[in-house]
Amino acid sequence: MWKTRITALLILALGFGIGFFVYKSELAHRKLSPDKAPTGLAKYPFKLGLDLYGGTHLVYNADISDVAPTEVADSMNALRDVIERRVNIFGVSEPIVQVQNGGFSNAGEERLIVDLPGVTDVSKAVEMIGQTPVLEFKTENPNPNAPQKAVVDKDGKVNITAPDPYVSTGLTGRYLEKAILEFDQTTGEPIVSLQFNAEGSTLFEKITRENIGKSVAIYLDGQPISIPTVNEAITGGKAQISGNFKPQEAKTLVGRLNSGALPVPINLISTQTIGPSLGAQATEAGVKAALIGFLAIALFLVIWYRLPGLLAVIALSIYVATMLALFKFIPVTLTAAGIAGFIISIGIAVDANVLIFERIKEELRGGRTIAESTKNGFSRAWLSIRDSNSSSIITALILFWFGTPLIQGFALTFLLGVLVSMISAISITRLFLSTLNITRTSNVTNFLFGSGFSSAKAQQK
Amino acid sequence: MFVIKHKKIFVAISIVLVILSLGSIGYFGLKLGIDFKGGSLSEIEYKTARPEQNVIDKALASLSLGEIIIQPTGDMGYSIKTRAVTEAERASIMIALGADATEKSFTSIGPSVGAELVRKSILSFILVSLGIIFFIAFSFRKVSKPVSSWKYGFIAIITLIHDILIPVGVFAALSHSYGTEIDTLFVVAILTVLGLSVSDTIVVFDRIRENIRVGHWKTFEETVGKSLEQVYTRSITTSSTVIIVLLCLVFFGPKSTKVFAMMLTAGMFFGTYSSIFLASPLLVMFNTKKK
Repeated sequence: MWKTRITALLILALGFGIGFFVYKSELAHRKLSPDKAPTGLAKYPFKLGLDLYGGTHLVYNADISDVAPTEVADSMNALRDVIERRVNIFGVSEPIVQVQNGGFSNAGEERLIVDLPGVTDVSKAVEMIGQTPVLEFKTENPNPNAPQKAVVDKDGKVNITAPDPYVSTGLTGRYLEKAILEFDQTTGEPIVSLQFNAEGSTLFEKITRENIGKSVAIYLDGQPISIPTVNEAITGGKAQISGNFKPQEAKTLVGRLNSGALPVPINLISTQTIGPSLGAQATEAGVKAALIGFLAIALFLVIWYRLPGLLAVIALSIYVATMLALFKFIPVTLTAAGIAGFIISIGIAVDANVLIFERIKEELRGGRTIAESTKNGFSRAWLSIRDSNSSSIITALILFWFGTPLIQGFALTFLLGVLVSMISAISITRLFLSTLNITRTSNVTNFLFGSGFSSAKAQQK
Repeated sequence: MFVIKHKKIFVAISIVLVILSLGSIGYFGLKLGIDFKGGSLSEIEYKTARPEQNVIDKALASLSLGEIIIQPTGDMGYSIKTRAVTEAERASIMIALGADATEKSFTSIGPSVGAELVRKSILSFILVSLGIIFFIAFSFRKVSKPVSSWKYGFIAIITLIHDILIPVGVFAALSHSYGTEIDTLFVVAILTVLGLSVSDTIVVFDRIRENIRVGHWKTFEETVGKSLEQVYTRSITTSSTVIIVLLCLVFFGPKSTKVFAMMLTAGMFFGTYSSIFLASPLLVMFNTKKK
């Protein structure tokens, strides 16, 4: 008997511990200044979804029509890495960049999903992802002395545009495989080395062969940054830009070129932005609903089921603390739908307890002692609990497997809730009830084990 | 035994409720939201003063966005629905609305994303239903007498359709007054009702199964009746607790999950109703008809 009691005490202490952890870590996280890296307990905050934290959710459609089917997966992963790097440069905290592979449900479209928590300026977000540096190789204009164009604008000003000294060749950053920062061995000046892919190499060779003795201009974002003269045809697709760079400039350029070489063109198809105030309101409302719901259920359980009800409330509190701790540890990204799933799972957690208590009552009614009834009640209720929760588990699993992020948020908290609640109701409530070790039946125990308006004795008819 | 004795009345009530729901769906209609058909939705709030709606109408008319639906929200805001817009179009909308307007939320969903959600929803619906039928047939495989285990499954499905049609009917009526449209959460609500309703029906069937094994009562009818007497307190108590939390979600929860919670409340309520007053009477009726 003492063994059970000690176990019960240990579980109670553990429950308190978990609850204390949730409380303390949340407090530590709140106190944290935003620019400091979280340490200790503050490392485990609740992870809020975009709809609660505010932020931007972008869905891009990748155009893979020019990509061989066997290379689609590679290009998509490369695309993800490029976008991820680019987003990271802009200092978004915890961005999520995911590839959604084509399949039956999305008609074979390859998609890229970008979640930017805290970024609510869509245009800025779209811009920072869409900003591909434009790298172009141009050759001398064969007709540099063409007449100047004069245009009179509506304010009466005359704009004279000189003909471009250079013309496009079709060789662009699209054919860039990678850019590397190097230093000139004699002068120590930084040089940006470019490596073209196979297609780009052929193009580069053709351009250089046709322009021996002439200059080729390398344009970055519409400005010439380097205008070397071609001495001979270059095979192998290697080019160098030595544009009197400062080391830092060269480094930035290499970064931009590398992150800028998108392997496949992308096209924005869906945007979702939630302002921070709306998110905060939703969070507050969700927490409020959960608290009130929990209190209402606790009150109901104690009034209706008395002593077992009280024990169930304790078990339920441990359940809630465990769930919250799991949300922090896994971590589960909480959305409004996810909080709803959790709130519903509180209701379902009660279900298991009610099934057990009703069973115990029946056993009491059958004339058994309280101890016997408790034991039988648990073992008989288990089948019902298992079967009734199985259908919820099936539903949650399919929802999670298939869902969009919104649905997954709900499915995950709901699934966790059902699983944890089964364990908590069966093991914790049972342990607590057996700890009491009630062997004698008296008026007091009859009252405590009664329910609703009748005592256990009145039910023993 | 009350329920079994008057089984025809209860089955009739259910039929009436289903017909009412179908009527509500037919009369009010179900509007697909932008999650499914694509489109954009902006929630705008004015900081100092909200202009009249016709001012907004005029401001946006020149942008050639096709059909625009503008609805006032709260005291200071509007919600603006258009077709899916590009980033440049979104920016021009904000300029047209004036500097005083701030964007609380903005969603634009391309048609292909919407079509994907439709496919996903239908597929999950089919999978959930199949999963549940097989689960019931499996867990009741040992009780094929006097009713075959497939019949439990079949009745559970009828109950399910009942439990889903009623909340959808409620939703159709709600959408009429709240202007809500079918969105992702609607699908989640339907599928969750599926799960919850079956779990409730299973508890009732489970008890019938147990009592058949014990063999206390002579007729199948009596066994079902007594089983119901044993479980209805539990069914009502648990669904009340779940309904309590759902109502908390309706009244205190986030706005975005309000209709979702209302649908679940209706689903939970009628799910419990149907497992006591529809599933069991049907089980008895199916069995007596055969003899």
